[in-house]
Amino acid sequence: MHKESAIREPLILGHKTFNDVTQDVCKPIEDKAPRTWYILFGIALIIGIYGIGCILYLLGTGVGVWGLNKTIGWAWDITNFVWWVGIGHAGTLISAVLLLFRQKWRMAINRSAEAMTIFAVFMAGLFPLIHMGRLWVGYWVMPIPNQFGSLWVNFNSPLLWDVFAISTYLSVSLVFWYIGLIPDFATIRDRSKKPISKKMYSILSFGWSGRAKHWNRFELISLVLAGLATPLVFSVHSIVSFDFATSVIPGWHTTIFPPYFVAGAVFSGFAMVQTLMLIMRKAMKLEAYIHTKHVEYMNIVIMVTGSIVGTAYITELFVSWYSGVEYEAYAFINRATGPYWWAYWSMMTCNVISPQLMWFRRLRRSLLFTFIISIVVNIGMWFERYVIIVTSLHRDYLPSSWSMHYPSHIDIGVYIGTIGLFFVFFLLFARYFPVLPIAEIKSILKSSGESYKNGTNIKIKSKSELKKAKKSNSK
Amino acid sequence: MADKLIYAMYDDDDVLKESAKHLVSKGVKVHEVFSPFPIHGIDPIIGVEHTRLGIFAFIYGLIGLTLATVGMRYFMVVDWPMNIGGKPNFSYLENMLAFIPISFEFTVLCAAHGMAITYFIANRTLPGMKAQNPDVRTTDDRFVIELRASQNSNYSAKELEAFIKETSFVEIEQKEI
Repeated sequence: MHKESAIREPLILGHKTFNDVTQDVCKPIEDKAPRTWYILFGIALIIGIYGIGCILYLLGTGVGVWGLNKTIGWAWDITNFVWWVGIGHAGTLISAVLLLFRQKWRMAINRSAEAMTIFAVFMAGLFPLIHMGRLWVGYWVMPIPNQFGSLWVNFNSPLLWDVFAISTYLSVSLVFWYIGLIPDFATIRDRSKKPISKKMYSILSFGWSGRAKHWNRFELISLVLAGLATPLVFSVHSIVSFDFATSVIPGWHTTIFPPYFVAGAVFSGFAMVQTLMLIMRKAMKLEAYIHTKHVEYMNIVIMVTGSIVGTAYITELFVSWYSGVEYEAYAFINRATGPYWWAYWSMMTCNVISPQLMWFRRLRRSLLFTFIISIVVNIGMWFERYVIIVTSLHRDYLPSSWSMHYPSHIDIGVYIGTIGLFFVFFLLFARYFPVLPIAEIKSILKSSGESYKNGTNIKIKSKSELKKAKKSNSK
Repeated sequence: MADKLIYAMYDDDDVLKESAKHLVSKGVKVHEVFSPFPIHGIDPIIGVEHTRLGIFAFIYGLIGLTLATVGMRYFMVVDWPMNIGGKPNFSYLENMLAFIPISFEFTVLCAAHGMAITYFIANRTLPGMKAQNPDVRTTDDRFVIELRASQNSNYSAKELEAFIKETSFVEIEQKEI
């Protein structure tokens, strides 16, 4: 028996030339923004401003405006923080880990996924800052000599590790993203006719010229930054999970947390990428670059990480029983059957059952189905954090202090507001930045473009080659 | 110093690579290649050495690790030992597990940013600098070889042009600086 491996599907559809790639990516930037962009931007801005209003009210009044009480001292604020950090995991994972594995399909999505990462981490960072109540002393988390006899920050505390992890992650992701953007800014700079945009993009492109030596350095720095960012991605959410795992609260105090959180983060991050990408490819006419195959690859990642998360949930349940610790066991019985059962079961349905549907090839290649699942997954992942945080806290060791958590309208306003702000940033990005890595896509055009793959290389033939062909014919 | 620059423009990366090979085989020194994306395999042909940025990144990483270790030892052990749950606060080694996350993060922070800054300085690409590519199309779909008369003193400019004309070029241009 003889089995040949199938030729992989092309990553770039249609007979694209180098110039076509430039045109396709630059067109939405150079054209006037469509009306839908203004409408969406307006909506996002209004929601964002409402959120900022809620934050200002919170800062003026105090953290008491949240629906917290003595028993539940942590609720939506940290839930939202972990949710946003989780979403912020896909971008760097796509560009760094997939770069190390030389997965070419990453190039269709890495730029916007990284942008999403950065904006999501902005939103995440907001929550610990406003949680301080006094935002203006936020710099106290840094080890700075001070007037209290140089009382340093506590380097044993996972909360401080978080400060370092999140700020390192944000700044390294930003640099990684920007270094990749420079050659593409140069492309836009060289195409633009209007003086203001020319000036802006020439500042942004740092005078990039595309010399061989620069490309050599560019490739190495991308590789090394990817190598550095890969363990960073895993460390960040591990450290976020230490915030809980190093405590002694039943339901939090589990060693499974770091891998479980990292898988969950990748899971929700990819879901968010799907949500954004499916809209973006349509709105910006990028169907040739982000097509069903890319969606399928991402769905497979969602399926795998979703299965890891599902396994973690079941392991947690098993260990809570097997450990024989009655407090631990109660925490989990209470999650599934207590007053917050609806949160637990929505989490279970959204995160464990829905990704399993991706085993069906038909479903994971369906764009509409993917879009719905991607939103379902993100709802599920929000509930996961809510379940872990609120249901573990609301019934503590002392039944007389058992309580329930009801979010105040400020809680809701701040959360919704960050979603608005996130979309404000993302829409600005989609309007003014190259959403696909132009240079990188050109470099895979010959190995993964449709015209080269299928041997129907008609249009892409360079002029010089045609000239040569003509010459030899006339001879 | 007056110098003559010859630019040969191509419309395909593989054609440029072949042409560069052709020129080099004639003993012509190719001064520079401008391209819209990295051309794999061009560096050995035109004699561009592999970058040493990686070594720099490693050194920056080591500096970060050292700073983090020295800093945390000073803050937590020497200057103001804190009693946290009775954990040992008098020795760095016994308490080191708690310091690993920040040591790692700070190593990555220093390596990544140090490398990025070195990259920008080595490239001479900083905010607001003027673009140096000879033609605006080199960031779109054109590939340019730059020859310098001063580096090819064995040949006249005419001879150099003749060599280029043997390749499948698209445009050719001369410039005096």
